[in-house]
Amino acid sequence: MDNTDKKERQVVFWPGNIVAAEAAIAAGCRFFAGYPITPSSEIAHVMSKRLPEVGGRFIQMEDEIAAMGALIGASLTGEKVLTATSGPGFSLKQENIGFASFIEVPCVIINVMRGGPSTGLPTALGQSDVMQARWGTHGDRPVIAITPSYLDEVYTEIIRAFNLAEILRMPVYILLDEVLGHLSERLEIPDPSEYELLERPRPTVPPEEYKPYDSSFGDVPPMADYFTGYRWHTTGLNHDQTGFPTTDPKICQFEEERMERKVSQNLDKIISYDEFMTEDAEIGIFAFGSTARAAMVAVSDAREKGIKAGLLRAITLWPFPEEPVRKFSKQVKGIVVPEANLGQMIYEVERVIGCNCPVVGVNKVGGVPIYPGEILAKIEELA
Amino acid sequence: MNDHFEARFAAVGGQGILLAGDIIAEAAISFEGKYAVDSPTYTAQVRGGPTKVDVIIDSKRIEFTRTTAIDFMLCLSQNSWNRFGFDLKENCIVLIDPSLVFEVDEERYRVYRLPIIEITKKGLKKMVYTSAVSLGAMAGLTSYLKPDSIKKALLKKAPRGTEEPNMKAFDLGFEAVRELMK
Repeated sequence: MDNTDKKERQVVFWPGNIVAAEAAIAAGCRFFAGYPITPSSEIAHVMSKRLPEVGGRFIQMEDEIAAMGALIGASLTGEKVLTATSGPGFSLKQENIGFASFIEVPCVIINVMRGGPSTGLPTALGQSDVMQARWGTHGDRPVIAITPSYLDEVYTEIIRAFNLAEILRMPVYILLDEVLGHLSERLEIPDPSEYELLERPRPTVPPEEYKPYDSSFGDVPPMADYFTGYRWHTTGLNHDQTGFPTTDPKICQFEEERMERKVSQNLDKIISYDEFMTEDAEIGIFAFGSTARAAMVAVSDAREKGIKAGLLRAITLWPFPEEPVRKFSKQVKGIVVPEANLGQMIYEVERVIGCNCPVVGVNKVGGVPIYPGEILAKIEELA
Repeated sequence: MNDHFEARFAAVGGQGILLAGDIIAEAAISFEGKYAVDSPTYTAQVRGGPTKVDVIIDSKRIEFTRTTAIDFMLCLSQNSWNRFGFDLKENCIVLIDPSLVFEVDEERYRVYRLPIIEITKKGLKKMVYTSAVSLGAMAGLTSYLKPDSIKKALLKKAPRGTEEPNMKAFDLGFEAVRELMK
């Protein structure tokens, strides 16, 4: 964001879930469908109040998958749409998330992660849905998942998530966790002049010539709004450029690869990460979400003890920031991967860096955050 | 970690103690230009069960959002003390209402006993002002934030029409604790 000539920002002290809802409104979201679930419920709560105030619609559906269905329908009419959930709801939504991905419908899905499998720990933190975000629904499909660590980042990344969903015609995940959802901290609300709001590409051809997956316009074909005279068939079956089913292997191969290219050819727009004291780092940390904040403290504490530690903090978790992690691994003696699960993103770090350096996890479940001292202990082991 | 302050407010759900945490954070942010984070407990027992809110204040951006060395703790229930009486610095200032909290570690902490509930009942007639009395007492016991900043934040957060009793409650808490310290 350009900081020159910026207007005075409003300083607020809101919990993360309220920040998320307000950011969605600022991003142009005008439709929310959901099924309230701890620890994300405040997002639905705030949207139910705020959306009618800005001319939007809120609907509480009978269950999670129906909420995802309503989201797809609303997006097809041209609205920017949001749902919010937590682990169990994320599982229930997966079928329709796959459908949204395949028919290429922009939408933003916030998962405020809780602890544990199944119903788990509704009121405590976890970071154990990160692999589900990548692979939770069947079949191959591109995925974007963003994991902010600070509440000002929650705000700006949600705006970015809506923009990415629109310009790439696909679902985008925001993965928060209970700590961020309920934490209140000081943040400055950016003035609307500080960011851009982007829209999905819309057709320039007359309705009779319109094809919803017309790749002659590029990998992100223009998307017509329903009820505007453009006829458009959506199906979860493999389909051709017209949107009607096909089993032609060549077309299926082409279309799935085109979908994948929307992400793989736009990594520069999608991947975002932050570095803290990496320049001369000898011990690396890879972290994301609220856990990365403990890692920040661990880096400073290690430096005080004379150990040159540095943090690579993923803001975009999927697609995985392969290049920065690979580069980092060539510089350091070892990488610590703290995550509030029993070891998920550590696989990705290992995959990407090969044998460049050893990788050790700091893994904690049970709803209690990882403390800086626990990360520091691993840093000291590697040093 | 200079200029770093951690406070915990623990009570029984419904006593308005979560709001007290919010007010302290607001005072730090809006009236002293500091950074603050506040993490409330989030349980099914928000009413009637042990509840707490942790506030961390610093002049720098706060990275780790959980408490590790608490400087001040207010506790209004024995059950809450048993559950949340950890992470306290040695010499932590502990403010309790002796009619509600009976056993705390006197050797480790600086314990102050103030009949907060009785002061509220007598002076305000309404228990909703418990948190304002507690904030006044906290302002009297600690010097990290200016009492005036806390008052301003209390006014900002108080529902319209309750400004006067809230100010009175704050002053009662402040005076009572000063009396106690004499």
